Amino acid sequence: MAGDAFDLAEQFQTLVFVMSDLDLGMNNWMSDPFKYPEKPINRGKVLSKEDLDRLGGFARYKDVDGDGIGYRTLPGTDHPAAAYFARGSGHNEKAQYSERPDDFERNMERLNRKFETARSFVPRPEVSTGNSKIGIIGYGTSHWGLIESRDQLRQEYNIETDYLRLRAYPFTREVHDFVKQHDRVYVVEQNRDAQMLSLLKLDLEPALVTRLRSIAHIHGLPLDARSVTDELMTMEGK
Amino acid sequence: MATTTGTPPPKTNRVGLTVVDYRGGKTTLCAGCGHNAISERIIDAMYEMGVPPERVIKPSGIGCSSKSPAYFMGRSHSFNAVHGRMPSVSTGAVLANRHLIALGVSGDGDTASIGVGQFIHLMRRNLPIIYIIEDNGVYGLTKGQFSATADMGSTLKTGVINDLPPIDTCAMAITLGATFVGRSFSGDKKQLHAMLKAAIAHKGTVMLDVVSPCVTFNDHEGSTKSYKYMKDHEEPLQEVSFVPAFEDITVEYDPGTTVEVTMHDGSRLRLRKLEEDYDPTNRIKAITRLNEAHEQGEVLTGVFYVNTKTPTFIDLLNMTEQPLATLPESAVRPGREVLEQVMEELR
Repeated sequence: MAGDAFDLAEQFQTLVFVMSDLDLGMNNWMSDPFKYPEKPINRGKVLSKEDLDRLGGFARYKDVDGDGIGYRTLPGTDHPAAAYFARGSGHNEKAQYSERPDDFERNMERLNRKFETARSFVPRPEVSTGNSKIGIIGYGTSHWGLIESRDQLRQEYNIETDYLRLRAYPFTREVHDFVKQHDRVYVVEQNRDAQMLSLLKLDLEPALVTRLRSIAHIHGLPLDARSVTDELMTMEGK
Repeated sequence: MATTTGTPPPKTNRVGLTVVDYRGGKTTLCAGCGHNAISERIIDAMYEMGVPPERVIKPSGIGCSSKSPAYFMGRSHSFNAVHGRMPSVSTGAVLANRHLIALGVSGDGDTASIGVGQFIHLMRRNLPIIYIIEDNGVYGLTKGQFSATADMGSTLKTGVINDLPPIDTCAMAITLGATFVGRSFSGDKKQLHAMLKAAIAHKGTVMLDVVSPCVTFNDHEGSTKSYKYMKDHEEPLQEVSFVPAFEDITVEYDPGTTVEVTMHDGSRLRLRKLEEDYDPTNRIKAITRLNEAHEQGEVLTGVFYVNTKTPTFIDLLNMTEQPLATLPESAVRPGREVLEQVMEELR
């Protein structure tokens, strides 16, 4: 996943946060052996001196390909047109200082397109679906507690659940489809403010938002199956 | 018979560029701002030293000072880092490509307050970088509050008196391990020009604190960073001159009155002593002299400390000649058997 994060950072020319949590970071965990990375490193859209010789120049923030990602050069590229100014203030497509509203808006819209493009490139969720009307969305180390909780629901209450394990934000198409396919979706997270639920509410169409329910735990210990099972059954009214 | 005289070709430097090739965009800083004079000196020094602009990077932080890289060397990459975080961005860039020449521009707020943690760790690493503080003692971009380099007792335009002692960034840099440390004044064209040229020749961390008056918020009676105060109180330690390695000039000098430092590339930094016994290679004395200057209310300028012997951070880490981004995957990705061995050890 760290390798993928570096590739995405270069491809999208942006920071990528790799989320961990206390349970993962400070306890010993067993893991399957890592697979050798077969994919070559992806540097994204980088123009070389030869490219610039051919093109004559470039505009750093111009959306040439319609995916919101501009072409860049690396410092030290031996061409008079290679340099650009990565500035903190408003700028136009050529990275020049600008206070023009149309330049600002164009850049903001480009960033929005880039965010939309990213939905198709970030890691897809792991989805386990049957025919249940109840869905569970979780992520991180909640995963293991949720597997056990689903077993408890099946064995003790004869309730089948479907499950989606999130692996990235922005949310991919599969996340929207999963909510559409279920009447009630429990978003399980170890977060006081249920922030993942809030992000989902911002992303989903309004009609789907009412299907979401929150199970948020913040007791400082790894998420246990029993507390999820009990809370879910209470909300199911059983 | 009519004779025609064509326009003479523009003067070029040793890499065939004109001074225009070193210019940047039109400044948007206030007319008379000291930062503009520093930009001019940078342009002249880089041009005269024949530095290819494509090899230079201009990282900066946030503030009026940090805007200034837009106004010189438009053919060099530039990056406005987060406030006070220019050192870490520069460290990454220079380690990724050891052939880059980093000229970092910061301000007194960006360095001595917001970025003081990063500044401290940059100074102790001897990363090859020219770190310039455009020091006006106030936060100009946010309408002139005191910064941490403002002298005790100096006043704002509003009459507010600064009652905290200043941080001497030069004394701090020398203490921590920077290998070329000096202070100059944006109005002292000759001294700053020579110091910048020597800075380009130095291999290691150069820290130059350049007092650069803010004409809008800190150039009044009661300010200790004004043009007038600097003209009245500047105390140069030496007369600084510089002879680049590529200029075959032999000038006689008296070793009794002048200290000559041979730089890494064979250039010579000449410091004609205005004070007897000042030795710019002695760290302890440099720090003591700076502390004395504070006691006496002098603004000491010149090259306070120079050390051409300490290895750079790049040498210490044994970085590759080739930029990291262009290394082939065979060099950056360990083989399949290496991963298998690691996995086996963890079984």
